[in-house]
Amino acid sequence: MPAVVVLVVVLGIFALAYRFYSAYLAERVYALDDSLTTPAHEFEDGVDYVPTNKHVLFGHHFTSVAGAAPIVGPAIAVFWGWGPALLWIVLGTVFGAGVHDFGSLVVSARHKAQNMGTLTESVISPRSRTMFLIIQFFLLTLVNAVFAVVIGILLVANPEAVIPIFVEIPLAIFIGQYIYRTKTSALVPSIVGVLGLYALIGVGQAFPIDIIGIAEPLGMSSRTLWIVILFIYTAIASRIPVWVLLQPRDYINSHQLFIALGVIFLGLAIGLDSMQGPLVNTQVPADSPNWFPFLFVTIACGAISGFHTLVASGTTSRQLDRDTDARYVGYMGSLGEGSLALGSVLAVTAGVTAAGIDLSYSSMYPDFTTASDGAVGYFVSGIAGFASHLGVPISLGTVFAAVVVVSFAATSLDTGVRLQRYIIQEVAGNAGFRPLARNLTLATAVAVAIPLALALAPGGGQTGYAFGRLWVLFGTTNQLTAGLALTVIAVWVTRNGRGALAQIVPLVFLLVMTTWALILNLQGFISEGDWVLGPIDAVILGLALWLIVEAAITMRRVLAERGAPVAGAEGGRR
Amino acid sequence: MGRPGRLRAWFRRLDELHEAYFVGRWRSGLRREARRQEELLLALLFLEALGVENPAGYQTLELYPHLVESFHAWHRRAGLERFPEPGVCC
Repeated sequence: MPAVVVLVVVLGIFALAYRFYSAYLAERVYALDDSLTTPAHEFEDGVDYVPTNKHVLFGHHFTSVAGAAPIVGPAIAVFWGWGPALLWIVLGTVFGAGVHDFGSLVVSARHKAQNMGTLTESVISPRSRTMFLIIQFFLLTLVNAVFAVVIGILLVANPEAVIPIFVEIPLAIFIGQYIYRTKTSALVPSIVGVLGLYALIGVGQAFPIDIIGIAEPLGMSSRTLWIVILFIYTAIASRIPVWVLLQPRDYINSHQLFIALGVIFLGLAIGLDSMQGPLVNTQVPADSPNWFPFLFVTIACGAISGFHTLVASGTTSRQLDRDTDARYVGYMGSLGEGSLALGSVLAVTAGVTAAGIDLSYSSMYPDFTTASDGAVGYFVSGIAGFASHLGVPISLGTVFAAVVVVSFAATSLDTGVRLQRYIIQEVAGNAGFRPLARNLTLATAVAVAIPLALALAPGGGQTGYAFGRLWVLFGTTNQLTAGLALTVIAVWVTRNGRGALAQIVPLVFLLVMTTWALILNLQGFISEGDWVLGPIDAVILGLALWLIVEAAITMRRVLAERGAPVAGAEGGRR
Repeated sequence: MGRPGRLRAWFRRLDELHEAYFVGRWRSGLRREARRQEELLLALLFLEALGVENPAGYQTLELYPHLVESFHAWHRRAGLERFPEPGVCC
């Protein structure tokens, strides 16, 4: 089947979903009302609370939520065939992510733009805040581990990308300083900076950096050494003020995101590649995870992501100009993320069929371990395939795609370690362990050591865990965050006298699939005697059960008190 | 409008779009950092009124009249409608 047909059909469904389902949510479920004063107007301060044009705010929101995760998950999930992967991306985006992102934005805006951590405490119960912190701790630990492994895999496979990636650091600092110190237009320096980054690909191709010569004497594989180097870099980067490195890197990435999306969709439209691989993979090896329930936690962010609630509440909600803009920004933002996941599936099924790329479905997806270890590399090759239709040589396109993915993953890693440090300090402070709460170096060391150990153990410093196992665990924590947010939204909707079926259906589905996957994983870890991932899985399973009980108790309570007026639930009127 | 004029107008439009989509977010990050540093200074100066010692009190005495207004906005942002110590700002 021509991939462009799949593209048109999926984008058509997204358009219909926006036109009809988001309109239903806006009117009947969230009851958007432009007479309400948004926090951006109520607390306008020119910094955080700024009424922003909805198209611009959509751009800010989308570039904040889009990253490497919606690329990796769908690329792995094609293991079960591209049909199930696409089906969950479409259904999960339309009925899960749209409801979740849109709802997070509305509920936050109606509660003075509070973030989801605070909302869990005020809307569900004070102990839910503790649950939220613990889920975030595991989510960030696994995010940092998986992204370090992703970067390690890509830098080993693409030594030509090393120079551009490392030159991106001073380049970001330079562009950041330029914008900081001058008041002139940033368009030309930004174009020059991004083009300069891609021009360095040529230098990288001339001088590929393979670190095997350093790794072997140390008794490590190249991948292991890259992971160690990355965490040393991240420990330093997370101590630098965000505006010096992290934000300028993010600024460059936001340009790269639109360039990569352009390459995918333009290359696909010009190349007219066909989908490779089965609609449903019936040749899955017997010892592989079953697609029910593992498909859902593997795709994770590609369909519905708990991370979006962290961006929607507390950040985007502070810039909402009008209440009704929440539909466009929130629902459309989730469709944007779904389109990125769609691009990932198309890259690993259609992009890899381009001339010059020697990848067949049977060699890419013979078993789950090969599929998960290779997925990010397949995506990179697929993008190179699409770029080749635009006249870019395959070798150049491969390094370009690797630079884009590593840039996204590295920024996620920077942010993840920084946030992990905050959580460790908060938890240590609450537990009365003052040295850890007050000592930044100690907190950073802990924030780096845990994911580093997870990324490397127990592979004896060679390959670490099969990437898919870490990825699935990461997916479960991500889905639990989304589940917690959906619970908050459902409670708020019910308290305001409206039906919360739109939240409860995806919530129940999400919790059942996640818990089911965690139980199956735990059985596997116990039978294999894995005493590292096993206990982590058990704790996350405990969190999932806690969330189910908490959601059930809260929903029962609010249904009993339904109809009672809610103090402070709605914002003031203009 | 001739071709150079149209080209300039198009570039200006592109620049505005780029500023709104990409640079605006970055500049607001810079403003946030500037505000954080200013708030640190305000805390250093004005919390003396609540008994927190300012080691540079003598050297910074002249700054107070210039910063009273910013301090008032800051404690309101922090959730204190009125500063507890009378006579400082409100």
